[in-house]
Amino acid sequence: MNFPVLKAAAYALVHAPNILLTHGTTQLLEGAKNEQSQYLKELPSALRSFDQAAAYPPNQAYIGAIKPKDLEQIAQPWYEQKLESASRFGPYGEIMPEDEFYALMKIVDVFDLIKLEKGFRAEIQAKLEKHPLFDQDDLALLGPGADLEDLQKMLKADASPMKIGSDLIGAVAPAHDLDQALSASIMFENLAAKASAVLVLRHLFRENGIDPLDVDYIIECSEEAAGDMNQRGGGNFAKAIGEMCGLKNATGSDLRSFCSGPVHALVSAAALVQAGVFKNVVVVAGGATAKLGMNGREHLKKGMPILEDLLGAFAVLISSNDGINPQIRTDTVGRHTIGSGSSPQAVLTAVVTDPLERAGLSIRDVDLFAPELQNPEITVPAGAGNVAEANFKMIAALGVKRGDLERSELADFASRHGMPGYAPTQGHIPSGVPFLGAGRDLILEGEIKNFMIIGKGSLFLARLTNLFDGISFLVEKNPGLKASAGTAPKDEVRRIIAEAMQDLAAILDQ
Amino acid sequence: MDLENQRRIKEIAEKHGAENVVVVLGGGEAEASGLAAETVTAGDPTYAGPLAGVSLGLPVYHIFDLKQIVDEAVWEEQISMMEMVLDVDEIIKEVASFRDRPSSG
Repeated sequence: MNFPVLKAAAYALVHAPNILLTHGTTQLLEGAKNEQSQYLKELPSALRSFDQAAAYPPNQAYIGAIKPKDLEQIAQPWYEQKLESASRFGPYGEIMPEDEFYALMKIVDVFDLIKLEKGFRAEIQAKLEKHPLFDQDDLALLGPGADLEDLQKMLKADASPMKIGSDLIGAVAPAHDLDQALSASIMFENLAAKASAVLVLRHLFRENGIDPLDVDYIIECSEEAAGDMNQRGGGNFAKAIGEMCGLKNATGSDLRSFCSGPVHALVSAAALVQAGVFKNVVVVAGGATAKLGMNGREHLKKGMPILEDLLGAFAVLISSNDGINPQIRTDTVGRHTIGSGSSPQAVLTAVVTDPLERAGLSIRDVDLFAPELQNPEITVPAGAGNVAEANFKMIAALGVKRGDLERSELADFASRHGMPGYAPTQGHIPSGVPFLGAGRDLILEGEIKNFMIIGKGSLFLARLTNLFDGISFLVEKNPGLKASAGTAPKDEVRRIIAEAMQDLAAILDQ
Repeated sequence: MDLENQRRIKEIAEKHGAENVVVVLGGGEAEASGLAAETVTAGDPTYAGPLAGVSLGLPVYHIFDLKQIVDEAVWEEQISMMEMVLDVDEIIKEVASFRDRPSSG
């Protein structure tokens, strides 16, 4: 079978400590309940600087500067380690500072809802001129800049603040005076999702030498809803993002399924390519401002820095088979069905062992599993445990039950077939997708032959169903195009013979 | 514990009477299971939800406590994998510490 391939992957993080304070829902709810909150008073002192966040080993793994497995060699807590080799830019993308990100939000704001303070605007233009992804056309979109007084007037008219420390450097105006789906805070959230997606998508093209004009379709899979009061999730982030990245030949749409959304999007992209509907499909997602500082209370209580200070974004290109890049086995897609049941055992059976069984493979045959890859330093102090490790243990236990593994192999299964979690807790970001870049490289380098991406989602959070969700697929080394190359000439010969017979018939008719 | 779950448990206990309700937990970790057990006995320790300051004193068990009374086939299909993975003794101990407190009534 001619499978689609994983052609490229890009990753970006945005350091957003001030957005955490102004737009993280944990902080907003705390402020609404108690203006004098001790937590909110102490929180700023526990925020990290950009350099601290950039040098944090899991973040360096996310942008591809180190391999996920390298984290096993770094002593925990990682937040006390500083990677000396750390750089803002990595092979897969970058970690962007907050001031530049505010400017990027303005660049992607086609409805002119954002005003930047004049002095800040001048400073940030000088910084962005040095950035490899932005040209003069982008910088012209920064607009003329506004006086501080104008920004304060905007805030009185329900605008949402953009702050650096105590300085007000900009504001996002509401896009409608009464429509809550277009309020300033929703527009802030959506513009941040759009801007971070634009950042990562531009990296995808630049780092991989891909022409944006070759892309046919975009599937956007963040956790936000773009729309108005008549259709709150109407869309369409995909085309709004593509427009800012020069994808003039593409159309697109948005796909949602809580944390498993990206894996659904990847399966859809792979299917579109394999069916021959499109040759090149991009899957992209920006970050979620609401989740910034989600477990801040617990981190602060345990004397840790606030680690959820980053927006996460990723972009992946799925293309028709080139005989080189790792292929997506669309014949072994695992899926949690409506009838599967919601116990962890039922979910993992549906997404891991059922598809392997169909493919005639054992758990042992999969070199690496990439399930929910939340950074444990974020989740363990918050009482949610080591999510990645729990997944590897569960997969191993299923393997023992199936007879694929010996019970004695349970203990070291995670180190042989897994990896430490390293993704920011941005909902849709940790579910398998952070590993697509590193996994692709490991296959191309001959280090592994395959890996499985597993997405899981908590659908009950929307209060419409108690169902859980899960979907998975296997990526494997490309065996080359030999098989299809053998059949192509045969088809060509048949076509030539058929044409010759038609010509002969025409001559005979005459 | 999830605020919505606190609201539902409170409602069920009020409707049927605390003496007619048993809470069965499925948490994967001792500390989190303990917090849930504390919430339905002494009240929400985080003071965030509807059970803040409300001591329902409900009898609370983890599903691991109930292996003897669960159908073997169901256990095999639904729980056996997690039984292999989780720290069963630690979870049972933690939940029991709240169930057996005098204030849990």
